[in-house]
Amino acid sequence: MIEFLTDSAVFGVALSLLAFQIGVFVRKKTGLSFLTPLVTATVIIIIFLVASGIDFETYNEGAEILKYFLTPATVCLAVPLYQKLMILKKNFAAVILGIVSGVLTSALIILAFCLIFNLNHQVYVTLLPKSVTTAIGLSVSEELGGIISLTMAAIVIAGNVGGMFAEIIFKVFRIKEPISKGLALGTASHVMGTSKAMEIGELEGAMGSLSIAVAGIITVIVLPIFANML
Amino acid sequence: MKYIKQFSIIIIISFLGECVKALLPFKIPASVYGLVILLVALLCGIIKLEAVKDTAEFLIQIMPVMFIPPTVGIMVAWDQIKSMIVPFCVTAVLSTIVVMVVTGHISQLVIRFKKRKEGRQ
Repeated sequence: MIEFLTDSAVFGVALSLLAFQIGVFVRKKTGLSFLTPLVTATVIIIIFLVASGIDFETYNEGAEILKYFLTPATVCLAVPLYQKLMILKKNFAAVILGIVSGVLTSALIILAFCLIFNLNHQVYVTLLPKSVTTAIGLSVSEELGGIISLTMAAIVIAGNVGGMFAEIIFKVFRIKEPISKGLALGTASHVMGTSKAMEIGELEGAMGSLSIAVAGIITVIVLPIFANML
Repeated sequence: MKYIKQFSIIIIISFLGECVKALLPFKIPASVYGLVILLVALLCGIIKLEAVKDTAEFLIQIMPVMFIPPTVGIMVAWDQIKSMIVPFCVTAVLSTIVVMVVTGHISQLVIRFKKRKEGRQ
């Protein structure tokens, strides 16, 4: 049985898609925004693999073809960015200054925490791209020599924090401008932050999806400089 | 035929991104070069939005599925991180909150400064 699955070309992909569908169903039924299909699917697959005794490599052999599409899909992020470019032009200073300060803050805070907790270089570069959209974050982590599945975990954490605490944070720290809310969510919590921003309002959502690509580009320029600091 | 054409454009741009990456010494992923190339091509009108839109939207929509295998990879990396799971999570959570506050406030300052200036005129 296991041999058959190892040889199967589509087993990994089929398992991933099926688990994802269950994840979509679970979120719809429970209405819990932090329970994204990705999180549910991951838990289901890990449980399935452990229970059936299939190792990760066997699963990944087939599933890895999904990774092939990551580069073209990331390229396609240019399309929503292009569609939102008018709003970027109108608020250029606020967008660029807001996002640049966010990206720099993220890197500095992570550097500080890694020094405080005595975490090594590999964990440091693994954490660095955690606020950026997954596709770019994973490539950056790989590029800098991080552990990509850990970067993935950090990205999921960053997304959930934004989704769950945004409204409290905006209230406590008195962030009231719709544009600022969108930028903050998109820069700190990428796609998951942006879907929260879309819930808050249309302008917030537009700014959020704009920040994803802009923060991604700024991050890839800035991070290699930070990578050598620890 | 529409999808073949759209997919071809996207793949060729991805390849151009890889070429740029090979030529330049920076640690920037090929996909980000590709993103910038596509954006510039759209802005210059070399590529019309309709020529890539449907396939682009499809690829973006299925992106979460592509993240499943690396996430499942945590089960392999687990032994490596078990000992530092608490500082790892604390760093991830707190840095996200601080980024949100900083980006929010800096952009809010800029917006309010602009509004005040416009109000005076």
